[in-house]
Amino acid sequence: MSLDDVYRQVVMDHYQNPRHHGHLTHPTLSVGLHNPSCGDELHLDLLLDEDGVVRDAAFEGQGCSISMAAASMFVDRVRGKKIEEARRVVASFKDLLRRREADRAILGDLEALEGVSQFPARVKCATLVMNAFEQAMDRVEAEGRDPK
Amino acid sequence: MNLAALRSEFPLLGRDENGKRLCYVDSAATAQKPQAVLDAVRRYYVEDNANVYRGVYALAARATQDYEDARAQVAALVHAEPEEIIFTRGTTESLNLLARSYGELVLGPGTNVVTSPAEHHSNLLPWQQVALARGAELRFVELDEDGQVTPEAVGKVVDQGTRVVALAHVSNVLGTVTDIAAIAAVAHAAGAVLAVDGAQSVPHMAVDVKALDIDFLAFSGHKMCGPTGIGALYGRAELLRRMPPVYYGGEMIEEVTLTGATFKEAPWRFEGGTPNIAGAVGMGAAARFLQEVGLGEIHSREAELANMAAEGLRRIEGVTVYGPRGRRESGVVTFNIDGVHAHDVATALDADGVCVRAGHHCCQPLMRRLGAASTARASFYLYNDADDVQQLLDAVASAKEFFRRVAG
Repeated sequence: MSLDDVYRQVVMDHYQNPRHHGHLTHPTLSVGLHNPSCGDELHLDLLLDEDGVVRDAAFEGQGCSISMAAASMFVDRVRGKKIEEARRVVASFKDLLRRREADRAILGDLEALEGVSQFPARVKCATLVMNAFEQAMDRVEAEGRDPK
Repeated sequence: MNLAALRSEFPLLGRDENGKRLCYVDSAATAQKPQAVLDAVRRYYVEDNANVYRGVYALAARATQDYEDARAQVAALVHAEPEEIIFTRGTTESLNLLARSYGELVLGPGTNVVTSPAEHHSNLLPWQQVALARGAELRFVELDEDGQVTPEAVGKVVDQGTRVVALAHVSNVLGTVTDIAAIAAVAHAAGAVLAVDGAQSVPHMAVDVKALDIDFLAFSGHKMCGPTGIGALYGRAELLRRMPPVYYGGEMIEEVTLTGATFKEAPWRFEGGTPNIAGAVGMGAAARFLQEVGLGEIHSREAELANMAAEGLRRIEGVTVYGPRGRRESGVVTFNIDGVHAHDVATALDADGVCVRAGHHCCQPLMRRLGAASTARASFYLYNDADDVQQLLDAVASAKEFFRRVAG
């Protein structure tokens, strides 16, 4: 295993210069996630519209470079996308980390995190933001809103 | 035993990790196992396996003998009587059992339990929850600048309502050693008992419950070179005699009717169900192994390695070392590379064959106090040597360079 495969320049760039960092003024919903095994914390704000599009998204948190870079990449990737497309990003990313065939085209910068698959203990860092997103979607469904 | 011979007793240490020499410096999490322990467990299963107490045949008598011999070996390690040792699954279960059983006996409105903000969650939560359930108060000792719990600070919070003072002997985060004998005197003067979390002390230094005047002592098998899933709670005999059982079931009873029951004497009344016999045998073998090597020698060697490591880490620019400013009295060294998350540090060290713990170490309140969400921790044990220290220092230096480079 090689460190260079994980800590690629684009990963460190997202870590040091996170995109869409902070809070939305009027989010449709917010999810706070805490990884109890490592203490990572992540807060995700989403603004959804009636057509099931992620109009805006922002995150804040503290954690390792992988969890924070993944959050920055994911939020950047799903802004303006339909929820179902965002879900495909999540599914493809998880495939990538499980070393299965993945739809790479949809992943954007997230593809740079492929090296994390060599470090099983770090997979949960990379997927923290997506777990927050999925929790948000579960809540949308439970509340009977139609996310399309 | 010289160090090379001692290291060769631990089969796993001879293996490579990620193509590098394995540098295992995470013994505060769990210790590696010597051949003597592996052999004892295997021998038990191959030659003596049967259920304890119930069988009338010779094989069952041997199993019972092995189990009780193990209790005596574990008792001898901490200078207790065998009847004062309850086998549990580990420190966590020991402390839960204690809080529930002794808590039921002595806690209620108007009483309090004194502990510290530096405790492992396993010595905080059982007391926190039993205090909530029984309407008792949980009080916290103020830590000094080094994160140390002093007898004076304990004296400031105990009063006539204090029933239990519950403290760690050695901090799993800072490596500080608590002056248990002096605190026992403070607790006893207030009429309270002293419960000690010995998870990080019993494996690493001579602990004499009589000399230190400890009432309860919890510790784990797996941190002292024994198997996982086994541990012990020492309790002063006259206290154990008064305490109610917590786990009801087979093997812990005297007589059972449909409407009532009487229970065995301590410690057996606390060991409901078939116990972890092989685990106890392994823990007994580990206790003997540590005594043969010598707890005094183990303690001084690992403290020396920790001091070497702490000095070396401080010399690396951009590394913060936590814990005592003066000499370290235990094998724990906690640190961070500035600007790099501890998890990233641990991943980088892993690539160099170095196993350290990274995270909050089950000590979230203390971490908040340190102002660090997470730290890396190296912890040394009897099988570590100066090469391990050097490998750690080299790995930290190159990790620092690596992240400086990729962060460009």
